[in-house]
Amino acid sequence: MTRIPLAAMIGLFFTGAYFLSAIFAGVIAPYGMAEVVGDSWEPWSAAHWLGTDTIGRDLLSRMIWGGQTTIFVAAAATALSFITGSVLGFAAAVLGGWMDQLLSRTVDLVMSIPSLISALLILSVMPSSLITLIVVIGLLDCTRVFRLSRAVAVDITVMDYVEAARLRGEGTAWIVFREILPNALSPLVAEMGLRFIFAVLFISTLSFLGLGIQPPMADWGGIVKENKEGIVYGIPAALVPAVAIATLAISVNLVADWILNRTSSLKGGRG
Amino acid sequence: MSDALLEIKGLRIEATSYPPGEKPRRVTLVDDVSLRLEKGKVLGLIGESGAGKSTIGLTSMAYGRGGVQITGGEIWLKGRDILKGGPAGLRALRGCEVTYVAQSAAAAFNPAKQLMEQVIEATLKHGLSTSAEAEARAVVLFRKLGLPNPETIGKRFPHQVSGGQLQRVMTAMALCSKPDLVVFDEPTTALDVTTQIEVLAAIKEAIAETGVAALYITHDLAVVAQVADHIMVLRHGKMVEYGTTQQIIETPAQEYTRALVSVRSIDHAEKTDGAAPVLSVAGITARYRGTKFDVLTNVTVDLPAGQTLAVVGESGSGKSTLARVITGLLPPSAGRITFAGRQLSAALKDRSKDDLREVQMIYQMADVAMNPRQTVGTVIGRPLEFYFGLTGEARRIRVQELLDQIEMGKGYIDRYPAELSGGQKQRVCIARALAAKPRLIICDEVTSALDPLVADGILKLLLNLQAQEGVAYLFITHDLATVRAIADRIAVMFKGKVVRYGTKTTVLSPPFDDYTDLLLSSVPEMKMGWLENVIANRKMESAGN
Amino acid sequence: MVHPVIKLIAQRIALGLLLLWAVSVLIFVGTLILPGDVAQSILGQAATPETLANLRAELGLDEPPLTRYLSWAGGVLQGDLGTALTNGEDIASAIGKRLGNTLFLAFWAAVVSVPLAIFLGLMAVRYRDRWPDKLISGFTLATISVPEFLLGYIAVYFLAVKWRLLPSLASIYDGMTLGEQLYAISMPVLVLVLTVLGHMMRMTRAAILNVMQSAYIETAELKGLRPINIIAKHAFPNAIAPVINVVMLNMAYLVVGVVVVEVVFVYPGMGQYLVDHVSKRDVPVVQACGLVFAAIYIGLNIVADVVSILANPRLRHPK
Repeated sequence: MTRIPLAAMIGLFFTGAYFLSAIFAGVIAPYGMAEVVGDSWEPWSAAHWLGTDTIGRDLLSRMIWGGQTTIFVAAAATALSFITGSVLGFAAAVLGGWMDQLLSRTVDLVMSIPSLISALLILSVMPSSLITLIVVIGLLDCTRVFRLSRAVAVDITVMDYVEAARLRGEGTAWIVFREILPNALSPLVAEMGLRFIFAVLFISTLSFLGLGIQPPMADWGGIVKENKEGIVYGIPAALVPAVAIATLAISVNLVADWILNRTSSLKGGRG
Repeated sequence: MSDALLEIKGLRIEATSYPPGEKPRRVTLVDDVSLRLEKGKVLGLIGESGAGKSTIGLTSMAYGRGGVQITGGEIWLKGRDILKGGPAGLRALRGCEVTYVAQSAAAAFNPAKQLMEQVIEATLKHGLSTSAEAEARAVVLFRKLGLPNPETIGKRFPHQVSGGQLQRVMTAMALCSKPDLVVFDEPTTALDVTTQIEVLAAIKEAIAETGVAALYITHDLAVVAQVADHIMVLRHGKMVEYGTTQQIIETPAQEYTRALVSVRSIDHAEKTDGAAPVLSVAGITARYRGTKFDVLTNVTVDLPAGQTLAVVGESGSGKSTLARVITGLLPPSAGRITFAGRQLSAALKDRSKDDLREVQMIYQMADVAMNPRQTVGTVIGRPLEFYFGLTGEARRIRVQELLDQIEMGKGYIDRYPAELSGGQKQRVCIARALAAKPRLIICDEVTSALDPLVADGILKLLLNLQAQEGVAYLFITHDLATVRAIADRIAVMFKGKVVRYGTKTTVLSPPFDDYTDLLLSSVPEMKMGWLENVIANRKMESAGN
Repeated sequence: MVHPVIKLIAQRIALGLLLLWAVSVLIFVGTLILPGDVAQSILGQAATPETLANLRAELGLDEPPLTRYLSWAGGVLQGDLGTALTNGEDIASAIGKRLGNTLFLAFWAAVVSVPLAIFLGLMAVRYRDRWPDKLISGFTLATISVPEFLLGYIAVYFLAVKWRLLPSLASIYDGMTLGEQLYAISMPVLVLVLTVLGHMMRMTRAAILNVMQSAYIETAELKGLRPINIIAKHAFPNAIAPVINVVMLNMAYLVVGVVVVEVVFVYPGMGQYLVDHVSKRDVPVVQACGLVFAAIYIGLNIVADVVSILANPRLRHPK
């Protein structure tokens, strides 16, 4: 295990901080999620660090509660897309034949419609609930995980060591879990970071369009929507989520880069 | 001193290496190398991979690949120090006074441009002649190098001509601007042996006719002995020995040079006792799914128990496909395989565990034949567990026994493949095969990716193991020297057919069929004048026909 | 004999059309099988069993799915996209004007972003691993990490409200001169440029680097060519296909980014129209818009593939 580089440290620190504040939102947030505590759009003060929002709720508390919702939905969607995508991707690569054709062509089809448009189509007929959002984002996104894991697994299955295992008479389970998976893990974990960021951006966009998390629940995209009228009066409340989303996205990116670099070092070594 | 074309003094080359996850560090690639090349002479640079020979070759054009820096020494070309010439001076020199022939011409040509445009580009850029003159010269060179259709081949794109032809076009490109010096960087290494001899002869003739000087870089001493006047032996970036070709080949002074000269001279007397065949391949015909032609046609060979059958052929001869058929990876469309007296099922999934255990395989690239995430202990231990149910301490003891058997000893059992050298990796693969207690091991080009001395070690190990364990080898290779070293029987393959088959002595003794004759006579021999003899013989024969 | 390139291109276009047909089925079936009832959604709380049944009959929801698909797809082929549930408006004519506006916006965003991205990509390659490269990478990482709508509001906050340089709403109407229109859409164009620039520049950089590391570039260097000649004669002809591919993929991405940006700037385009009708659960409008967006997306992908077929010397000059 080598020293963790500075960029990765910063990434780990912020990623950790965001996840902790999401988990312990109830403890950290100074006020309740929907508690009206002042006038609309009060400026920053000691009592309200980030001021208040359009109807006088504490913005910092809204941000913390909103972070909880956003991160929870994004994490759940990522987990769903990851499990579905990688299992199907590996299955397609290892089994091959018509199974591979069926899955790959279906994925091609789904990916030929931009994800946002697909999501809008689905949300036009389905009620927008947390579960719906997680499933929609997770399943739309699993197409990308599918492609990556299939490609990685196909690269690995043509390796001589996998052929050696087949010739030995090993079963599919051993080949997938002992030969392929350990070697596919690092690109997949790095991809998981990117998919998580994508899910954060996606859920925020849907909420901003009024089709994601429904009020009075808070989430980062929703906070922008609620406070966007203030912008014209020079009130920056709607921009606060930008800082949160951007820092979270960049930190996760830094961690993902580091994981990819660190684990790829095992491969090329000679002598 | 004034008559030296190129003189390198005290050359030192360093590079920054970036091991992932660690701090960058400086590594010395070449240390204190001096050489001198006169007009019209050929100097061979020889060494194993990592010896720094290509790096030295490129310094004659003051070029360093990927962050390589010349940190010491002088390089004098035609009486001037080229390191002091600046970028403009270097541009004037490259492609004009010194030119370069790369190992892989297929990658070195721009895929989007016609050959002629690329061949004459340097000549035109340096204002050496008009476009028409340059094209005319290129056609002359094409003809001299024995290319087909010299008038029109220049209109073709790189992907439209074969590898051997492309290598000759690249030689023409290097000679077109009438340089003083050409750097040949392993120009025949990527070619089949029968193609190599043609390209080698063409290069040698072109050098002689144009009177150009050359640096000839290769790992194959027998090849360089045919073209070079002087030879410099390099190892780990340092000079080992430097002398005339005759001196290096006939009276090498250094231990390392002697080892290089005597490489591939393992003497193996064939076993003649008539053991019953452990493997019989009868009338095998096979093709890959979705293709329209047979890769193997009616292949019939026998392998007696405890002996070695070498399957020899060039790329595309079907020799590796034969291995895939025997292992069950590619079910044949006709024919049958008998193993240890029982018929083997055509497909892998229908074979019993004992069938699988008794036929093991060793691959060319040991790098990718072992899971990089498994330790040596797991790699060798898994077959023990899988076939014999060995676990825990018993398994560990047996793994160590196998490691001792492949002469690796203690301290390797918990290492990962990335921590082993190329030769060690191949040894671990051998141990993995032995662990299954097989009757037959299929060795697919197992020494081709290794440096010659390491390859010799592997061959000796395989011979010892055969003596101890009585295991039979099906040994697939393109290298006839390896065949001489290890085979009891030989099958020569050409375009999917066995063209010659029998005991080693009969196969390697005249009278030959045409292909075997071509193949045998194409293998470079470690003596001067071999190339001229072969070419002269072939000319006589074709005149006689 | 037909040239293999023409055959390949014909195959690719046929495949695209097949895909488009499959997408139309998917869009139609998808909105049909998902739980949720259009009639219920429209009537909301006021629904009674009779009104529901009446509305279903009126919308043709009682007919078998295949019949409904065929009549819908038949209409689409003749340019009839149906009528909106909410206001009975003809969808095709409503989309026509808005699609024009959307393409106008996307066009100008492309005009600015494509040359800029290629230029920055080249700069990043030219000064690889030195400060210009790192600066460009850092800046583009930041723009990739912020969603379009937030970039939009950041731009509004500073450029329109604080510094009063540009209009915060992008309303365009007939009778505006081109100059006025361009001024009106300057802010959404800026935001769209920022959203695609990062990806496009990074992918361009990777594509050019890949070419620059080829062995034939070394050959050119060893011929003593000037760097500018090497790039123009050896790198460019081989980099053009991957770069155009990158551009096309990002244009497809841009078309989607338009949806959100239009909402931010209240721009009368397809995106605004689509999002409005998703909240109103007006399924025919959503289906029609989805089909149009998918058609543009698939079309751009076909163009990308055709360009790479045309640029491949192995295919253009077969053995």
